[in-house]
Amino acid sequence: MTNLVRRLLALIPVALGVATLTFALIHLVPGDPVVAMLGETAAPADIARMRHELGLDRPLLAQYASFLRGVAHGDLGESISAHEPVARLIAQRYPATLELTGAGLLVAVMLALPLGLVAGADPGGAADLGAMGFAILGISIPHLYLGPLLMIVFSLDLGWLPLTGRGGLAHLVLPAVTLGTALAAVLARMLRQSLVQVRAADYLRTARAKGLSASSALVRHGLRNALTPVITLLGLQAGGLLTGAIIVEMIFSWPGMGRMMIAAISARDYPLVEGCVLVFALSYVVVNMLTDLVYGLIDPRIRLGA
Amino acid sequence: MGPRNPSLIAGAALVATIAVMALLGPALVRTDPLAIDLALVLAPPEHGHWLGCDALGRDILARVLWGARLSLGVSATVVFVSLALGSLVGGAAALVGGRVDALVMRTVDIVLAFPGFLFALALAAILGPGLVKLVIALSAMGWTGYARLVRGEVLSLRERDYVEAARALGAPPARLLVRHLLPALAGPVAVQATFGVGGVIVAEASLSFLGLGARPPTPTWGNMLEAGRAFLLVAPHLTAAPGVAIGAAVLGFNLFGDGIAQAVGVRG
Repeated sequence: MTNLVRRLLALIPVALGVATLTFALIHLVPGDPVVAMLGETAAPADIARMRHELGLDRPLLAQYASFLRGVAHGDLGESISAHEPVARLIAQRYPATLELTGAGLLVAVMLALPLGLVAGADPGGAADLGAMGFAILGISIPHLYLGPLLMIVFSLDLGWLPLTGRGGLAHLVLPAVTLGTALAAVLARMLRQSLVQVRAADYLRTARAKGLSASSALVRHGLRNALTPVITLLGLQAGGLLTGAIIVEMIFSWPGMGRMMIAAISARDYPLVEGCVLVFALSYVVVNMLTDLVYGLIDPRIRLGA
Repeated sequence: MGPRNPSLIAGAALVATIAVMALLGPALVRTDPLAIDLALVLAPPEHGHWLGCDALGRDILARVLWGARLSLGVSATVVFVSLALGSLVGGAAALVGGRVDALVMRTVDIVLAFPGFLFALALAAILGPGLVKLVIALSAMGWTGYARLVRGEVLSLRERDYVEAARALGAPPARLLVRHLLPALAGPVAVQATFGVGGVIVAEASLSFLGLGARPPTPTWGNMLEAGRAFLLVAPHLTAAPGVAIGAAVLGFNLFGDGIAQAVGVRG
């Protein structure tokens, strides 16, 4: 329990750093958001008025302080294009992004386990070559192309699954597979490599000696140990699914936060962009902390060492 | 180079092929990638237009080849800038040590706590369109990895016996750096940079896809994929060409990185 508390406390400076970086990105990078919103030809008086309305005419430190205060209270300002609180807009779209990311993670694990196991059970065999060939393709094919490819085959040609949008489970399949495939491939490669190492371990030879078959020795004794590096890698990569979701949401017109953020960028709705960037980045930090915690549960050595 | 390193050979061959296509392709395929021909709108692959034409009747092969030039050029520049900046910062932090090191590494930690692609995306959105700005945005995402790698390597190399010995023999810092540290650093940095090119190719294509890269009508693999999205049913060849190009380039650099990692004995 103290471990959990310590992790949560360690989260505070990181979250502060991430919030500061978000603020710096929007406010310190050259380029005037107000001029960008109103256009180069806007009257100086209009520019000054809008700058005042957005609070951009105040000293930077005062803006920073009120930004942090707002974040702490869940107030992210008001969207310029939608005239609604940014926090409310994000709350409406965030569940869709979480759903997609979670489904992507599930696909990644469900694909990686059998692929890695089949490959690692007989290194150099036909199944290994097939699984690893699939994995190297999975790593190389970008979301940008896998998405359209799946749409052509499963929606347009076969008509099995809906093309775009969010609805029931059927709507979720193609976006989740698009998002999860690359991670599945990376994890399967790691599991195979790890199983190959475990196969040579003494305790596996002991298990064989006491009469277990090669495959049941591997599954009953080898898999648990082989999974540890896979979970480490999963922890390092899971956060990447969140940013991958931005692209996948655009491909499949998935009504999540990523698609809203891209629309906000086009509309030059800076408060909304800022809010989305912040929530994405904080989610990333939290996912990384959660995977750290899970890792501790699975490998007791980590828990004791912490 | 090991006697059996198929990844290295296949990767090098693929990367070389794509690089040659990017360099010589536009000279060999003389079609103008911007020439609009409304008689050829969405034309399927056929003689004269080997990969067909897009929604404005522009030759897709020419556009993919010009896109290769832009994509590889941007990616190579980004990796070079990230690598130079990251190595300089990481190396300096390790050699100076103390407060400078602590400050630099806290900064790196915060940037690394931020999802890399989101950072590049936000930066590209704020900076606005343009190739130089695209390179800045992508490099800002990439330098931290090299900084951390080089710092770690320098710190561990400094403690090695042969470096200690050279120092004990009175070798000046510059000689230590050039003769003993840089050669040992080259392997791990080369591996990370090779994988890095693949990553940057995808990031660049993604930003272009989102409308944050080079502006149309300039052909990029990312904006070609975006343009093909509306014609998936009637003209899937619009997305196939740039999609396969990105996949092949990333595959090439991944295999090449795997191969180099094996050859120099670094874990990839």
